[in-house]
Amino acid sequence: MNNLFTGKLTRLVAADPEKLGELVAKWSRDSEFYQLFDSDPTLPRNAKRAQEHFRERAEKDRGGNFHFLVQSLQDERIIGEGGLFDAFSPHHNAWLAIGIGERELWGKGYGTDAVNILLRFAFQELNLHRVNLGTFEYNARAIRAYEKIGFVHEGKWRQSMRRDGKRWDNYFMAILRRDWEAKQNG
Amino acid sequence: MVLQLFEGEKIRFAAFDADKDAEVFSKWTHDPEYLRLTEYEAARPLAPFHIKKKFEEMEKEAGRDFYFFVIRTQEDDRAIGFVHLRWIEWNHGNAHFNMGIGSPDDRRKGLGSQALQMFLRYAFEELNLYRLTGHTFEYNDGAQKFLEKHGFQLEVRRREAVYRDGRYWDALSYGILAEEWEAKQVSGSK
Repeated sequence: MNNLFTGKLTRLVAADPEKLGELVAKWSRDSEFYQLFDSDPTLPRNAKRAQEHFRERAEKDRGGNFHFLVQSLQDERIIGEGGLFDAFSPHHNAWLAIGIGERELWGKGYGTDAVNILLRFAFQELNLHRVNLGTFEYNARAIRAYEKIGFVHEGKWRQSMRRDGKRWDNYFMAILRRDWEAKQNG
Repeated sequence: MVLQLFEGEKIRFAAFDADKDAEVFSKWTHDPEYLRLTEYEAARPLAPFHIKKKFEEMEKEAGRDFYFFVIRTQEDDRAIGFVHLRWIEWNHGNAHFNMGIGSPDDRRKGLGSQALQMFLRYAFEELNLYRLTGHTFEYNDGAQKFLEKHGFQLEVRRREAVYRDGRYWDALSYGILAEEWEAKQVSGSK
């Protein structure tokens, strides 16, 4: 059996609230990163408050949320975060999120590698039927990467965001287990 | 300015009243058919005690991220359903709503249509949202027709996202923009 948490470029490690809070404080100085990652208003975050927030979230969690840090295999640096959320339901699906906070590593396959680890975890450990994700019309890099991985467009909420003075669509994509499996064998 | 946001011809919007409403809301949760038409979560009967607790939790969010109205009849002041708004993104002007008419006897009488029209006005003219999103399931033909009749467009089809009665069904989401709703008001009043 292969190591579930290790890919070709990255490995997934536990989302320790102390570490995550510190990194979020650092990454949140980059407003472009958070606009690509989240639809909430972008804010510089305080490390202590962020740590408290993640501690509380971990304490309240009733299961079904698998949050990880993304570590580079090459130099063991934590470069991003991601996970599968709301995975415990009668409907066998979960929401995927991924963000590479270290912007000099964008476009080099780290995010794709981490998503591939998450999908293997979703389909071979959680035994889900499908994995959903949402992204933003202006995040062309992410959309292209998801398409390459095998995610299929399922529609969009028209003009559901306003950023940079313009209206944008929220895109929704998903991959079914049978399509993911076919891709592994083919 | 005379504008009645909560008073319709046949129904009105009221605040949830734990003493009056917990009993009937509990009764509806014992009807799995109703739950499957309105809810994504697993069907689950709730006692009035659980309903009250849920509302206490919800009230902490009320007015900021959450709006909840009980639909009551004008004729005899009965609670017949609910409409609520959640996951409000104030920075983008988008939010999600859900509604239900609890008893089959109160359906197909135009009460839900009146409630949705009132709710759309509330969303667009009081909360000043830019758009509104609604969700339903492949097997709920009634809700699909209902949303389309009121100007919603099918926007997302999540393939095989709901597993019920031994098979997968698509989950659907619908959207309407404020400007689409406004255009409908003008043409409708001519």
